[in-house]
Amino acid sequence: MGMATDTQFHVLAVDDSLIDRKLIERLLKTSSYQVTTVDSGIKALEFLGLQDDERNDTNSPSLSPDHHQEIEVNLIITDYCMPGMTGYDLLKKIKTSSSLRDIPVVIMSSENVPSRINRCLEEGAEEFFLKPVQLADVNRLKPHLLKRKTRDESHVQTPSPLQQQQQQQQQQQDQQFLQQQPQPQQSNNNKRKALDEALSPERTRPRYNGITTVV
Amino acid sequence: MLGLGVDRLRADMNRLLAILFHQGVLDEQFLQLQQLQDESSPNFVFEVVTIYFRESEKLLRILRDNLSDREFSDYAKMGIHLNQFLGSSSSIGAKRVRNVCVAFRTASEQNNRLGCLRALELLEHEYCFLKNKLYELFQLEQQRSMAAGVRYPAQH
Repeated sequence: MGMATDTQFHVLAVDDSLIDRKLIERLLKTSSYQVTTVDSGIKALEFLGLQDDERNDTNSPSLSPDHHQEIEVNLIITDYCMPGMTGYDLLKKIKTSSSLRDIPVVIMSSENVPSRINRCLEEGAEEFFLKPVQLADVNRLKPHLLKRKTRDESHVQTPSPLQQQQQQQQQQQDQQFLQQQPQPQQSNNNKRKALDEALSPERTRPRYNGITTVV
Repeated sequence: MLGLGVDRLRADMNRLLAILFHQGVLDEQFLQLQQLQDESSPNFVFEVVTIYFRESEKLLRILRDNLSDREFSDYAKMGIHLNQFLGSSSSIGAKRVRNVCVAFRTASEQNNRLGCLRALELLEHEYCFLKNKLYELFQLEQQRSMAAGVRYPAQH
């Protein structure tokens, strides 16, 4: 994959709101991430090198998955509510793509809807952040990035296409194996935290409090 | 003498902020914005708030145009605009503006034109108040940084 071990992690942030893009960009840069922001799911897929008409797993043997990605992205963080392609749609596209499914995806939303959160986590999102996103949330991203890096570093040499296919299958099996195992405590707690925050009435960050506005 | 000016300006800024927090005009999210401002991004808060003003005024114009039209009925579209306004207000910590958006959205979900008109007036009022106060804050900050810039480097 040609990764230098000390390069910064590169995060792709997707949000149709300019203010929220500015905010997430600043949050990520403050945490020493390299950041690219786009304003739609379609632009995100373009950036990731996934064309609209790509079919999964019908790559000709001479093409390796790496050729689709010129720029490496280590994590994708996306807003849920966007016109056209929602964050959920984008998540599904990424998780069903052979070249992109290993990239961790985080969803952001201003709406606290447990069913929405569950659906995203089930579809493979690593975390679900409630907006406005804060530094404490961004601090939760590191474990997901480090987990991938450790796995990727075990495949150092560029293998032949046949070897790559075998490796892919092995990776898929590993991933399934990992998913069946009880997850490391920390990441489980993080997901539960997002769920708990959504489900419990009391929250660290006040929402809808003191609304006495009557029209 | 200059040293006194900087301290007094900072005290004025803190007092203004404290009042705005106390009145619920701003919430902790505004503090988050300030924390994200540093040497690498020294005008971050001002930049974000400027975008917010521009977008908000565009939205307010749209809402005002919509409700000035007696035939207007696309409350779903209005709801989308309100969600946008709500989201951006929440992102900068504009708590009171955000709360009015919530009430406004409820009225639009009920296709309640009169309720929407009342909410819009309230929204325009809250927005104006917020804008004035934030400009005051930025002016104080600008004066403070100018006064601080004249100090001897050793005292910085």
